[in-house]
Amino acid sequence: MYSQGLIGAKTETTEDEAFLAAFQARIDAEEKIEPNDPMPEGYRRTLIRQIGQHAHSEIVGMLPEGNWITRAPSLRRKAALLAKVQDEGGHGLYLYSAAETLGVSREEMTEELLSGKAKYSSIFNYPTLTWADIGAIGWLVDGAAIMNQIPLCRCSYGPYARAMIRVCKEESFHQRQGYEIMMTLARGTPEQKEMAQDALNRWWWPSLMMFGPHDADSQHGDQSMKWKIKRFTNDELRQKFVDATVPQGEFIGLTFPDPDLKWNEEKGGYDFGAIDWDEFWRVVKGHGPMNRERIAARQKAWDDGAWVREAALAHAEKRKARRAAAKMAAE
Amino acid sequence: MTKNQIPLWEVFIRPRNGLAHKHCGSVHAADEVMALQAARDVYTRRGEGTSIWVVPSAAITASDPENKDENFEPALTKVYRHPTFYEIPDEVGHM
Amino acid sequence: MAAAAAVSGEALTAFLLRLADDHLIIGHRLSEWCGHAPMLEEDLAMPNMALDLIGQARTLYQYAGEVEGKGRDEDQIAYVRRERDYVNCLMAERENGDFAHTMLRQLHFAAFMQPLWQGMLSSRDERLAGIAAKAEKEVAYHIRHAGEWVVRLGDGTEESTRRMKAAVEALAPYVDELFESDAVTKAMAEAGIAPDPATLRPAFDAIVGPIFAEAGLAWVETQHGQTGGRQGRHGEALGFLLAELQHMQRTYPGMIW
Repeated sequence: MYSQGLIGAKTETTEDEAFLAAFQARIDAEEKIEPNDPMPEGYRRTLIRQIGQHAHSEIVGMLPEGNWITRAPSLRRKAALLAKVQDEGGHGLYLYSAAETLGVSREEMTEELLSGKAKYSSIFNYPTLTWADIGAIGWLVDGAAIMNQIPLCRCSYGPYARAMIRVCKEESFHQRQGYEIMMTLARGTPEQKEMAQDALNRWWWPSLMMFGPHDADSQHGDQSMKWKIKRFTNDELRQKFVDATVPQGEFIGLTFPDPDLKWNEEKGGYDFGAIDWDEFWRVVKGHGPMNRERIAARQKAWDDGAWVREAALAHAEKRKARRAAAKMAAE
Repeated sequence: MTKNQIPLWEVFIRPRNGLAHKHCGSVHAADEVMALQAARDVYTRRGEGTSIWVVPSAAITASDPENKDENFEPALTKVYRHPTFYEIPDEVGHM
Repeated sequence: MAAAAAVSGEALTAFLLRLADDHLIIGHRLSEWCGHAPMLEEDLAMPNMALDLIGQARTLYQYAGEVEGKGRDEDQIAYVRRERDYVNCLMAERENGDFAHTMLRQLHFAAFMQPLWQGMLSSRDERLAGIAAKAEKEVAYHIRHAGEWVVRLGDGTEESTRRMKAAVEALAPYVDELFESDAVTKAMAEAGIAPDPATLRPAFDAIVGPIFAEAGLAWVETQHGQTGGRQGRHGEALGFLLAELQHMQRTYPGMIW
């Protein structure tokens, strides 16, 4: 579901000019880079960081929506939501696998998430208060994610691009699912419409923040673009998202919580108000409404699952030993 | 850190009979039985397959990209291995 | 259909509601794990099973609504009954506990359902035979998946063995209720609609027995089986499950979602 402009990766690298130039030539020729290919250390590090953040976002993203699985208002909605949250888990899994091709293990990445060293999309640090939040997340958060993820299908790193193709294919139902919920609410009773409007009011600005800092304030954007890990800048993607989403909201009679939002004929897109970057950085740095709960929930699942993982490994060893013994006996 | 890691498996799926198994991703599992089940649960949720292979990732031997040129370039110049190398008059028809 | 005449709509509705409630409640329990599983692969496996179960519940509620003939749809039946009107078995509503407890609960339920679905493959009620044909394949996988975990946890580490044994103890009192027979189940059996659960115990044992043997687990006989689910007498935990399940339908009655 997600992905946010990358935060805090170091793109500097120490290889000599000839190596970097040869690598850049491959990138410029639109060649894909595969796991064992020579690559600059900075490229590898940036990818691990970005794919890891992306994977963590999928995993943490299961929590706010999972919060409503047991309270979904109909059996149809319950099944769809469960399938969607399950998909997020699958996407996390594909992405961890892609990162693992770069020589980092899922366990290491998990520990970085739990220790707070690795970041994840800040949007998941907001609470899901009503059923309409499930609609808003599907529509806005998955909508923002799609803007980000479609270009990632052409990312220069092969395993990441392949994972993203699978993710995008599966995710096509997520945004529609969310929008359908919002549409049903917006066309329902006054209480339902109010619920939908309230959710839009709370999720709109955090959705815009998902694209990350403005290009002018983004330290590593240029290098990521040059290496074709990213294909569009944060601001380009944010603008595309606003242009696509505003008419969808207006179509179902909802209003956006931004008095400065208006169509700009000249640029062929919407103008919108200033994003509260203080809030963004506060949440990224761990002080959003739900940061502690999210990490605590992941920590608990990890700790509570330790004995299960150990048992599975212990049993596998026993199986191997028994098979070897049976083979010996047969010989 | 490497101790107690659940092994990685590569997953290959046959989309339907008549096609070859194709690599589609990986899973973590302690043994081959659970690896197959994980592959089923992760990679066939939308009817993607009729058969699954799982292989321990550690069992795969890969060619070294450093040897890419010596491995693969010699084949590029052997144009006589391709049918288009040979000129047959149009009158002869399809061959 | 000649055989359908032999059974009252009331009895058939009662039977369908039991099955539907079993599947909804145990599917709901399983869905509580989503996002909290011991490993990511299980975060996909458990929802797969839960989606099968909830899907089966939906087709059963829809059919029950039609047989009942009061114009209730699946959601009205699933969401807006009173606590005493839910007729699921107690096994289905048992809380998740740890992963060993959940997997054993799923194994028990699946090992009960497999012979029941198999018996319904040739049901005189064609609609049920159709539902059974789909469900029977799904339940076979549930047995395999839960069964493999029971084996691994039973024969894993000291801790996992201890936890698995505790799960066997904890769930033992809820096994016998699955096989209870009463006027409703007898009417179904006589009409050729579904086998009487009382006849399914050997099939259950034939599924669970070898798994326990491989896991190194001993079966726990209990003299104090719990019962009452089919009469709507439940454990305390069900009320909380229903409070969550029904939250939206109760707070905003009669709306479309």
